[in-house]
Amino acid sequence: MTADVALAVADLRTHFFTRAGVVKAVDGVSFTLRGGEVLGLVGESGSGKSITGFSILGLVDDPGRIVGGSIRYRGRELVGLRAAELRAVRGREIAMVFQDPMMTLNPMLAIGRQMDLALAAHGGRPAAARRARSVEILGRLGIPEPARRLAAYPHELSGGMRQRVAIACALLNRPSVIIADEPTTALDVSIQAQILREMTDLVRDTGVAMIWISHDLAVVSSVAQRVAVMYAGRIVEDGPVTAVLRGPRHPYTRGLLDSLPAQGRPGEPLAQIPGTTPSLLTRPAGCPFHPRCGRATEPCRTAEPERRADGEHGFRCHNPLPEAAP
Amino acid sequence: MTQAGPADSPLRRFVGEFSENKAALAALVVVAAIVLTAVFAPLVAPQDPYDLASLSLRDARRPPGYVGSGGYTHLLGTDAQGRDLLSAMLFGLRISLEMGLVAGGLALCIGTAAGITAAYLGGRLGGALMRVVDLQLSFPAILLAFVLSALLGQGKLQLIAALVVAQYAYVARTAHGAAAAERHKDYVAAALSTPLRGRTVLWRHILPNALPPVIVVASVQVAGAISLEATLSFLGVGLPPTEPSLGMLIANGFQYMLSGRYWISVFPGVALVVLVTAINVVGDQLRDQLNPRLRR
Amino acid sequence: MVEILFQRLLQAAAVMLAMSVLVFAGVYAIGNPIDVLIGPDATQAVRAEVIARYGLDLPLWRQYLGFLRRFLEGDFGRSFVYDLPVLDLILTRLPATLELTLTAVAVAVAAGVPLGMYAGYRPRSAAARAVMAASVVGVSVPTFWIGLILILVFAVWLGWLPAGGRGATVAVLGTEWSLLTLDGLAHLVLPALNLALFKLALMIRLARAGTLEIMLSDTVKFARAAGLSEWAVLRHHVLRLIAIPLVTVLGLEFASTVAFAVVTETIFSWPGLGKLIIDSITSLDRPVMVAYLILIALLFIVINLMVDLAYAALDPRLRRRRSAS
Repeated sequence: MTADVALAVADLRTHFFTRAGVVKAVDGVSFTLRGGEVLGLVGESGSGKSITGFSILGLVDDPGRIVGGSIRYRGRELVGLRAAELRAVRGREIAMVFQDPMMTLNPMLAIGRQMDLALAAHGGRPAAARRARSVEILGRLGIPEPARRLAAYPHELSGGMRQRVAIACALLNRPSVIIADEPTTALDVSIQAQILREMTDLVRDTGVAMIWISHDLAVVSSVAQRVAVMYAGRIVEDGPVTAVLRGPRHPYTRGLLDSLPAQGRPGEPLAQIPGTTPSLLTRPAGCPFHPRCGRATEPCRTAEPERRADGEHGFRCHNPLPEAAP
Repeated sequence: MTQAGPADSPLRRFVGEFSENKAALAALVVVAAIVLTAVFAPLVAPQDPYDLASLSLRDARRPPGYVGSGGYTHLLGTDAQGRDLLSAMLFGLRISLEMGLVAGGLALCIGTAAGITAAYLGGRLGGALMRVVDLQLSFPAILLAFVLSALLGQGKLQLIAALVVAQYAYVARTAHGAAAAERHKDYVAAALSTPLRGRTVLWRHILPNALPPVIVVASVQVAGAISLEATLSFLGVGLPPTEPSLGMLIANGFQYMLSGRYWISVFPGVALVVLVTAINVVGDQLRDQLNPRLRR
Repeated sequence: MVEILFQRLLQAAAVMLAMSVLVFAGVYAIGNPIDVLIGPDATQAVRAEVIARYGLDLPLWRQYLGFLRRFLEGDFGRSFVYDLPVLDLILTRLPATLELTLTAVAVAVAAGVPLGMYAGYRPRSAAARAVMAASVVGVSVPTFWIGLILILVFAVWLGWLPAGGRGATVAVLGTEWSLLTLDGLAHLVLPALNLALFKLALMIRLARAGTLEIMLSDTVKFARAAGLSEWAVLRHHVLRLIAIPLVTVLGLEFASTVAFAVVTETIFSWPGLGKLIIDSITSLDRPVMVAYLILIALLFIVINLMVDLAYAALDPRLRRRRSAS
């Protein structure tokens, strides 16, 4: 694992200025992504994990806006770049894969055309070379007869094939960072495993760094080296996958782990975290998790915990769980 | 504010959201003002345009601001018979509004009945009913109105019949859509499975829920009816000359326009355009507010 | 594809049959059929001869079959006013109307789609608001009134363009066209603009609504994430995605444009079908009315057929499914 930093996000804040008030979807997120590393970004829906991904590419829709913080890609600040500069980064330096390829691929265009548009967006190559690159990348992702597939439309492909095409689109311009937003959630379980394996191979072979956004700790643990757990717009726990999964320090992470069926106590009902994610309009004072937390004490209701670190393992909690017993 | 019910009642929120759109609010005021002026036209108008005795041909086709033999200023000029144009317009507005409201109202009733019946019956019969409506929708309304008014002859009732036939289908389609969506919701299915009479379910559950979008469409249809009536009257196949609606006034002035006497056609036209546009702006805002897909 | 075409033709035949029943009922059963066939000033002998020839003393269903047969043979009777076979009369007027209508539709699409897409792309901009305000006026203001204002401003006050008529024409393949002469073009501008404005407003609203919705879709987000320029996103993705509803409405609206041509032609004395039908309504020239109605129905069916074919060409999902079946 190389030590160079591909992406450094510091105190990122993305807020949505809605009719009902300001929604602080992302509110002070910091993390670093090293070259060739997979970072898992985990959280429930509404925790701000997807908005974090979109913020990095400057793709936050109205009425949302990045209101503060910095996003450095290989040392270069992305926040505040002009539209044209940002566009040159998208796809070429940092690419993104979405959850549902049925929604992302254009049903009216042949996939070859869509790939060609993505290649042409970064210019400089003749049509024949673009076509060759499309065929190459499709073949690499295990799509049979890639040259013939270019003429196919999205609806003619299976779900797994469509997601491979979407991933191929993201890889076309050889980006060094890929943001994958729940890329396997919409797929059948057997296909999920295949795609997971292919993407891990890809990271290993090409040295691309990846942010894997998911609500599923089990999936993340199988692809990522490090994990960051988000809650109510903030990262509440982060560190190497093994450390966080074996010995979570934040009660929320513990709750997430306990609700995994993989914990395997057949016959027993799955544990649930009581309560629901707080509305981001009216975030509770203090630690945002305290209304749902069994360990909450008086300070949790008033003071927001700062990040504390134990080596590479960081957490924001006044009453952290004890370190994992050996 | 305190006893008048919960401050956030749906109606109150609806009104609040409506008044946020300044253009729609202004349009609503304009519609209200026009309707009021038309209703009180006999009191407001400087002259009774139907009183032939008060007309003098010496006053004919005079420009705006002309002081006529009646001793008062014709603010908007006079028409070919020497009528005060403003008075003629106010009375013409009455006829236009009457036609629009009656035709729009009838189209609302008939269309809602047809649409909801089709949705309630469902199956083949309901499908066949909507097939007829769809076929008619794809046929230009203006053409239907033309042919009907040509076949039925001139007259108020005939024209209303033509307008209703041309317009009920839009309401029927909307009512059917809303009612069919409502019918397939669980609570209606549940109500239908109880010993409640089908008719009760229709009146208590389906109709009230289908009504808001239907009323919006019907309000826009009133504007459509007014505009269609004016068009038909302008072309000479609408109202008889004894019922000088806005369209008729515009038609009467058309021949003088090429010689530069624009006001006889232009002012009634402006009144017509302002009225129709204002109704449409209000309707647009209502439609946007009722469309859940546009909400964020 | 062939199968679909066949199925559609069958449907079209059914609709035409229904239409013929309606027209028959409307004109023959409700009105007095003799009035349809001969002028009001015909002698008693002529009346008797017509009753015998058209079998008006026969039962209604046999009369209908006779009506259908004559209709299929292209015999729509003679115009009372022009004393010409109705079909000939209509065919000589048709090119002028088609020229006017097609120009209007072309203008509406060429201007309306880009304007609407812009308004949907930047909904909060001042320009977009102006476009939308104009389009509200455009769908609200009656066509005949806009026609009057166009004449008043451009013909009476400014004197730039002629107020009516068709101007000089050139004969191509036996029909006269105004589009091809400068004078004809000058005469075409105002009526075509008049007829286009309503459709233009409609196109703007449709294109805006579609763009507004699609700009929020994941397809657009994905394309942007790949680094496509905004222009490429609009041109290649959004335009393709809004094309289908646009084509549908355009097809449906074409028939209504032909109908609205009645208004425009009357105002601008454009010698087309619309002028003919209005004249025939006011002079009770019923054979012309009947033929016009049938023609419009036919036109409408042909257009629907074309819309279906355009769908297949535009939407790959339909294309493959159909060729597979």
